Amino acid sequence: MSEKKATREAYGEALAEFGGQYDIIVLDADLSKSTKTDTFKKKYPERFINCGIAEGNMMAVAAGIASTGKIVFASTFAMFAAGRAFEQIRNSIAYPGLNVKIGATHAGISIGEDGASHQSVEDISLMRTIPNMVVISPADAFESRGAVLAAIKHNGPVYLRFGRLAVPYINDSSYKFELGKGVTLREGSDITIIATGLMVKQALDAGEVLAGEGINARVINIHTIKPIDKEIIIKVARETGAIVTAEEHSIYGGLGSAVAEVISENCPVKMKRVGINDKFGKSGKPLPLLEEYGLTAENIAVNARKLLNK
Amino acid sequence: MNNKELMLTAYKVRRHVLDAVHSAGSGHPGGSLSICEILSLLYFEEMKNLDTQNPGNPERDRFVLSKGHCSPALYGVLAEKGFFPKSNIMKFRQIDGILQGHPSLKDVPGVDMSTGSLGQGISTACGMALSAKLDNKDYRVYCVMGDGETEEGQVWEATMFAAHYKLDNLCAILDYNGLQIDGNIADVMSPIPLDEKFRAFNWNVIYVDAHDFDSLRDGFAKARACKGKPSILIAKSIKGKGVSFMENQAGWHGSAPNDEQYAQAISEIDAVIKELGGNI
Repeated sequence: MSEKKATREAYGEALAEFGGQYDIIVLDADLSKSTKTDTFKKKYPERFINCGIAEGNMMAVAAGIASTGKIVFASTFAMFAAGRAFEQIRNSIAYPGLNVKIGATHAGISIGEDGASHQSVEDISLMRTIPNMVVISPADAFESRGAVLAAIKHNGPVYLRFGRLAVPYINDSSYKFELGKGVTLREGSDITIIATGLMVKQALDAGEVLAGEGINARVINIHTIKPIDKEIIIKVARETGAIVTAEEHSIYGGLGSAVAEVISENCPVKMKRVGINDKFGKSGKPLPLLEEYGLTAENIAVNARKLLNK
Repeated sequence: MNNKELMLTAYKVRRHVLDAVHSAGSGHPGGSLSICEILSLLYFEEMKNLDTQNPGNPERDRFVLSKGHCSPALYGVLAEKGFFPKSNIMKFRQIDGILQGHPSLKDVPGVDMSTGSLGQGISTACGMALSAKLDNKDYRVYCVMGDGETEEGQVWEATMFAAHYKLDNLCAILDYNGLQIDGNIADVMSPIPLDEKFRAFNWNVIYVDAHDFDSLRDGFAKARACKGKPSILIAKSIKGKGVSFMENQAGWHGSAPNDEQYAQAISEIDAVIKELGGNI
């Protein structure tokens, strides 16, 4: 399928779609046109609250609203949600276990031209350490819609990670999102590529490249990074004996780390992590940036060959 | 309750504060003792639809202790109100107790918001007040802040927010005792003048005496009568109020009395309780 859509677009559409059925309140910090919460705002203006450029306050306001029994989505860029407002999320939302969904858009380096100050490659790591927090990183528009609905249905805090860049569909309208369940997208027995977010498409492409060389790579999409699907990770470790992870995030603390934690305690196998290698991003067009930082199908394939000594 | 009964309650709360921090061997007596009249009036007169059997009653007025380190006073008043047995007080800050060092809504019946990290409670109170507006409900939200706490930038984000959304169902109470851990607020990082700041942010500013029930009652009535903007009671208080050697001493912000100091403090509090006709 050649169609593309940014996961942030799908997020805004999902809020508008489910806003009729569910009593959700949407908060934004002066970025509604970018986070796409304006799609909800246009439909339900009375349930949209602009908090202005004050993310810390927004997260704690969200907690207060949620304490009265409402489902609250609070949106801003991933950098200012997980980064700037980390402590408000930890202490005012997660510690009391309140029903706030953090819709964090513009995650990763693929936001492009804005540069390192806005390129969050630490957010999965930060959010994953907070007790009670669910962390979801959807791979395409359909998965984003499913993730929003799952977040609405889950009672408690959820961190949703969306991107700015239009990304290809890997699912279709029949897709059923299951919170906490990894998805096998390609069968294979030689090695497994475990990916999240926009790297899932790169993982599938890498699978194709490797197949052409006689390497049968299994491809797993881990959309829910916490709670992580231990079962599927242990299974692929046992069955394929080698794992490459791929994420648009630091190799420290994100998907790669989460997978390493599971296999090192349960079924140690050889592993490589494809991600941002302890660096800040920089300005540039999204695709050349992804290439420069090694977030490509080719680099996944390179790492797979290294693991298999091929 | 008449003023005498309220005062008796405030002093019973003071006794709980001392019991709590002494049994824990840590905690924050100074700022707890300064808000005992405020909390007693709120919980025994001002706040509506409180139900100890149903602490989550959706129609209730809410209270947020933004200066969460003064939890001993909140726990004291909640215990007096009957939200949980008073025996919990002696387990304050202890591993087998429910009373966390800072208020935790998941652990303590009657606590409406988990607080402790300064500046966040007032924002959560804004959220509660906004929610009432969205649902056309008439519950009110009360939030006690510290004066030192206003050094946190988030307080002013929240202050801007509350005025912008015309949260006239929000009433903040500033415990204006003039002291923070490191000394006088004017010396550490002066937020003064506070009244002019809140006025500039389009709040209704009301001056009250934190230890005088008529003054507090009048302040809350003025806040209720004010429409279209949030109100703040700037409550001039004495840190450590009621214990002679703790009064106006920054050193008692965050340290517990030893056995001897505790005995003296309790004797002072008990003398007032007896004078007011209460039982020890």
